[in-house]
Amino acid sequence: MSTQSIAWPKSEVGSRPLAERLHEWVTTVDHKRLGILYILYALLLLLVGGAEAAILRIQLIRPLYNFVSPQVFNRMFTMHGTTMIFFVAMPVLFGFANYLIPLMIGARDMAFPRLNAFSFWMTAFGGMLLYFSFVGGDGLYGAGNAPDVGWFAYAPLTAQTFSRGHSTDFWILSLLVSGFGSIGTAINIIATVLCMRCPGMTLGKMPLLAWLNLVMAALVILAVSPLTAAQVMLLVDRYLGGHFFDTQAGGSAVMWMHFFWIFGHPEVYVLVIPAFAFASEIIPVFSRKAIFGYPIMVAATVCIGFISMSVWAHHMFTVGMSSAANTFFVLSTMAIAVPTGIKIFNWLATMWGGQIDFKTPMLFCVAFLFQFLIAGLTGIMLGAAPFNWQLGNSYFVIAHFHYVIVGGILFTLFGAFYYWFPKMSGRMYNETLGKLHFWLFVVGFHLTFDFMHIPGILGMPRRIYTYEPGRGWDIWNLIVTIGVFFQAAGVLVFIVNLLWSRRRGKIAGRDPWDAWTLEWSLPSPPPAYNFATIPEVRSRRPLWDLKHPEDPDWQYE
Amino acid sequence: MSALPLTVPEANSQWNLPARGPVAMYCLIAAEAAIFTIFVVAYIFYIGKSLTGPQPRNVLRVPIFFTVCLLSSSLTIHFAVKLLRSGRLRSFALWWLLTIALGAAFLAGTASEWRHLIYDEGLTIQTNLFGTTYYSLVGLHAFHVTVGLLALGTVAIFALLGYVKQEHAGRAEVLSMYWHFVDVVWIVVFIVVYIVGR
Repeated sequence: MSTQSIAWPKSEVGSRPLAERLHEWVTTVDHKRLGILYILYALLLLLVGGAEAAILRIQLIRPLYNFVSPQVFNRMFTMHGTTMIFFVAMPVLFGFANYLIPLMIGARDMAFPRLNAFSFWMTAFGGMLLYFSFVGGDGLYGAGNAPDVGWFAYAPLTAQTFSRGHSTDFWILSLLVSGFGSIGTAINIIATVLCMRCPGMTLGKMPLLAWLNLVMAALVILAVSPLTAAQVMLLVDRYLGGHFFDTQAGGSAVMWMHFFWIFGHPEVYVLVIPAFAFASEIIPVFSRKAIFGYPIMVAATVCIGFISMSVWAHHMFTVGMSSAANTFFVLSTMAIAVPTGIKIFNWLATMWGGQIDFKTPMLFCVAFLFQFLIAGLTGIMLGAAPFNWQLGNSYFVIAHFHYVIVGGILFTLFGAFYYWFPKMSGRMYNETLGKLHFWLFVVGFHLTFDFMHIPGILGMPRRIYTYEPGRGWDIWNLIVTIGVFFQAAGVLVFIVNLLWSRRRGKIAGRDPWDAWTLEWSLPSPPPAYNFATIPEVRSRRPLWDLKHPEDPDWQYE
Repeated sequence: MSALPLTVPEANSQWNLPARGPVAMYCLIAAEAAIFTIFVVAYIFYIGKSLTGPQPRNVLRVPIFFTVCLLSSSLTIHFAVKLLRSGRLRSFALWWLLTIALGAAFLAGTASEWRHLIYDEGLTIQTNLFGTTYYSLVGLHAFHVTVGLLALGTVAIFALLGYVKQEHAGRAEVLSMYWHFVDVVWIVVFIVVYIVGR
């Protein structure tokens, strides 16, 4: 393995004036810079969305509390949900996909660099539109500033009659605009993975991260487009006087629910499949074993992708569908547990007998395995229609899907941050702070979301502003809110760690983890052109082959 | 030199991947198809659910001539791309312009149909569910035809200025894929709106 030191032109970059460097970032079409822009943008909004969650939880810390007004409460839960799904989770996952896929498949950039920049700026513009509603949402009506219709914005609440002012319009437009960005990125990811792989990297030899993001991108194309269509219909209703969701003219409010959840459920898999991708890269490296059952992992992911498009109405059991529809959606929902279970077993089998190294990324991934399993189990409970009639729209549902999104997705995402931070910044993060972040966050997460199930079972509905004392909900809400402070402290440690390590961390070098995928063959951070010579690969672990010429993988695959 | 030399002996010398243009266009077509599907589903779901008139069977006339125009433009663009591929630039420009003319004729047909519906029949997007779904679906399609015409027009200008050469045939083909898609969508819209919906 060659160990030539590389003269990365650091001094040259540092000496240029700030305006010029900023201009470079704004006009960049480099996939690494765009990836970092996506990630930073999402981190910023993670803090904003987290603050909104904290406001919600402080309001609910004790009965009959008046921390904020009911109107503000409604706006906060709408903004929290919309921000976290559309402007935190999706951008941050797109950011990692952007940064990593070309490096992992041995390409010099994405297939369409300018489309890539366009997509990022559309997403960024969408987020700005959403937050501009705090200023511009009032319109001439004095009807309240930010959107307050909930993140799934059920009709007829979104009709002009019930949502005066422009706040709902800002919500529609921001999702429409960022949706174009998402579709653009998805097209780019698919074209990159299919058309830009380095010689020798057949589909069966791609890193799992590339495979899973390919499935994710296909889901984005098939899921975000219906949302775009539904948002256009809503705009027609609100601005042109149409009747799509207007029950008084024969329209159907349930139609909106279907259209929204046709987007909404695949969206869960759009978010969780990249999280699976991180786990599939991190767990093998820290177990010192190749991933167990690579072809089955790919097949299970594709299978999840297909099934996820036929389960949307399990969000609508309480609406009152026909029993045939209920049965279908119960069965399809149960079916998705099979490929998901296969993946969990494969990760466990990868760890089995490995030399497990509990560095921070691995800790987050192990916690993910446990938590995602529990999230899946409560998912099976909620997927059974009769059980759902009892618990639909209660805090049990909130606990369930936060278990998926925080316990599953956010945990692997933190793992991914620590794992690839050395590659992106060129420096190691601080392991002690990383572990502190992990333990604070684990404690906070379990305080909040374990105990949130209980008031749900006791009948506490979601989205209520406050509640009477003596219903048995008080102590649980208190514990839930206390957990939020632990999580906030964990995120604070995380941010401090990133900022500190970015300047003071140990120099990481090319390959701090002794890993096996192509990005670790490059200097950290990689040069703008990535690969001076396009690599050729013969197995799924090209760097293993390079480091162990006596026992290369391609002899077995 | 910045990357490790990752070359292994006996590596594949034959390495062919699909071109990125058509792959991206197929993805875009998939996304557009999903959008149209939602509008078509809404149209079908709301057939016969309008509480007031006018109803489709009373006001809609089947636009057979303009449909023939649009569908034959698929044929002409196919010939145009084929001619460009074989380097016959003049004939390419001719067939390309004919495609634009046929597309424009279709758009004019939609315009006159809408004029008739709005001024003679009093059907607007606000009138009833039929109006809402009809103008949205047909309008969405007309919007796609317009975008296609703008793209075709741009190529036509370049062709007339002499910039379009044989090596651009691949790109013209990607554009023609979009145009074929718009035509196929019209077949679906035609069946749903003018046959099933009446």
